[in-house]
Amino acid sequence: MTSFWSWWVIVLTVITFVGITWILLGNRKRGEGETDKTTGHAHDGIEEYDNPLPAWWFYMFVITIVWAIGYLIIYPGMGNYPGLIGWTQIGQHEAEVEAAEARYSEMRSRYLATPVEEIAQDPAVRRMGMRLFGNNCAQCHGADGKGRYGFPNLTDDDWLYGGSPEALKATLVNGRRAAMPAWAGVLGDQGIAEATEYVLSLNGRSTDADMTAAGEGHYQMYCAACHGADAKGNYLFGAPNLTNGIWLYGGSREQIAHSLRAGRNGVMPAFGESLTEDKIHILAAYIYSLSN
Amino acid sequence: MKHEVVEKNVGLMIVLMIVAISFGTLVELVPLILGKQVSQPIAGLKPLPALELEGRDIYVREGCNNCHSQMIRPLRAETERYGHYSVAGEFVYDHPFLWGSKRTGPDLARVGQRYSDDWHRAHMYNPRDVVPESNMPAYPWLFDNEINGERTGKKMAALRRVGVPYSDEDIAGAASAVEGKMEIDAVVAYLQQLGTLLQTRR
Repeated sequence: MTSFWSWWVIVLTVITFVGITWILLGNRKRGEGETDKTTGHAHDGIEEYDNPLPAWWFYMFVITIVWAIGYLIIYPGMGNYPGLIGWTQIGQHEAEVEAAEARYSEMRSRYLATPVEEIAQDPAVRRMGMRLFGNNCAQCHGADGKGRYGFPNLTDDDWLYGGSPEALKATLVNGRRAAMPAWAGVLGDQGIAEATEYVLSLNGRSTDADMTAAGEGHYQMYCAACHGADAKGNYLFGAPNLTNGIWLYGGSREQIAHSLRAGRNGVMPAFGESLTEDKIHILAAYIYSLSN
Repeated sequence: MKHEVVEKNVGLMIVLMIVAISFGTLVELVPLILGKQVSQPIAGLKPLPALELEGRDIYVREGCNNCHSQMIRPLRAETERYGHYSVAGEFVYDHPFLWGSKRTGPDLARVGQRYSDDWHRAHMYNPRDVVPESNMPAYPWLFDNEINGERTGKKMAALRRVGVPYSDEDIAGAASAVEGKMEIDAVVAYLQQLGTLLQTRR
């Protein structure tokens, strides 16, 4: 606040105090002969008393004024004057955060030195991890970690980017960005149908040998680079294993064909900017415990 | 002055009442309206691009602000869950503000980049598909409605008149920027930029 506005606030506030006090005291009636007077209004024979304020009411007024003056001395309010105790809203927030950190950070950071595998079954770690998971992960992966259409199940042993503690941490800190291109333009309708047939054959579900053979050609040319020649996937690209019957976007013929046609670009947001290292560590341990 | 004089002159009483009740406004509001501390944008704040601006209007149309606030108070319980508390400089280009006052759903002031675009689309199509216990309504029509960019430029011009620094190029390019986009694209684009300028690790 500039000093002009600071003085504006101070002067107007003081005027208010003086004005209120003046009105209160200037209109005060007291002593003998002041009771039972009337204002002189009369209507249909009804008259209006003009008695003094009850004493308790008057003193309540005085107390509020004194209280307000004391408040403005102790707390900020008069322009740029910071108040005797220097209280600020942000200062109070920071003190709260600091107190909580002092209380809880040791509880978390003492696990930092222990590998994820060793603390994954620790009940205290799991409880903390469950809370962190609930606030940060459950919206996509579900409260039970079992995932949804398009959001991976974290409780099985099938991983897109790897389920080792290091891989889990890398995923949490940096996020992940899948890049399966759309193949409709390259393969055409017939090519998509053939490639779909081949993917189905990897799970023993193909019905047409000719189309499977044609599809394998497409597969080795376009798909094997990421999903691998054996179609077992590759953690490096987050390319899923196509042979284990676990489907992120559905395993029906139509769903597979759709994934091929339009591509898939699942995104895992990065949490390295928003969660501290000790929380990432506990979260990784909790997620590790879901499948181990 | 006698009490009687005030009570028997309505005109004088009106004047004195206005004087009495205007002190609060003069002290609490006038310095904020005319002073600088709430009209300075924070570092990096830019006016919403065309698509995000249309998304914001859909956000208002669908009444999202009736159930979602966009205001994180400086309380640990809130900053722990949502992130850095909201500051005045984040809202200087917001007309009107969408702070809201009711949280049937969570606060959205820092929802940007917290979930993937796919999540937002799935969630908007049917919230129960991703959050089984959610009581948020579904908004499937956002996937069917194309944005009409005819008035996007005019909206920007109107906002410029109240101080949002859109350039002439922004306004001229507005219609083509939203051409062919669906309403869901606009809403997701709007949500994904919310509150991304202030990050804290917590």
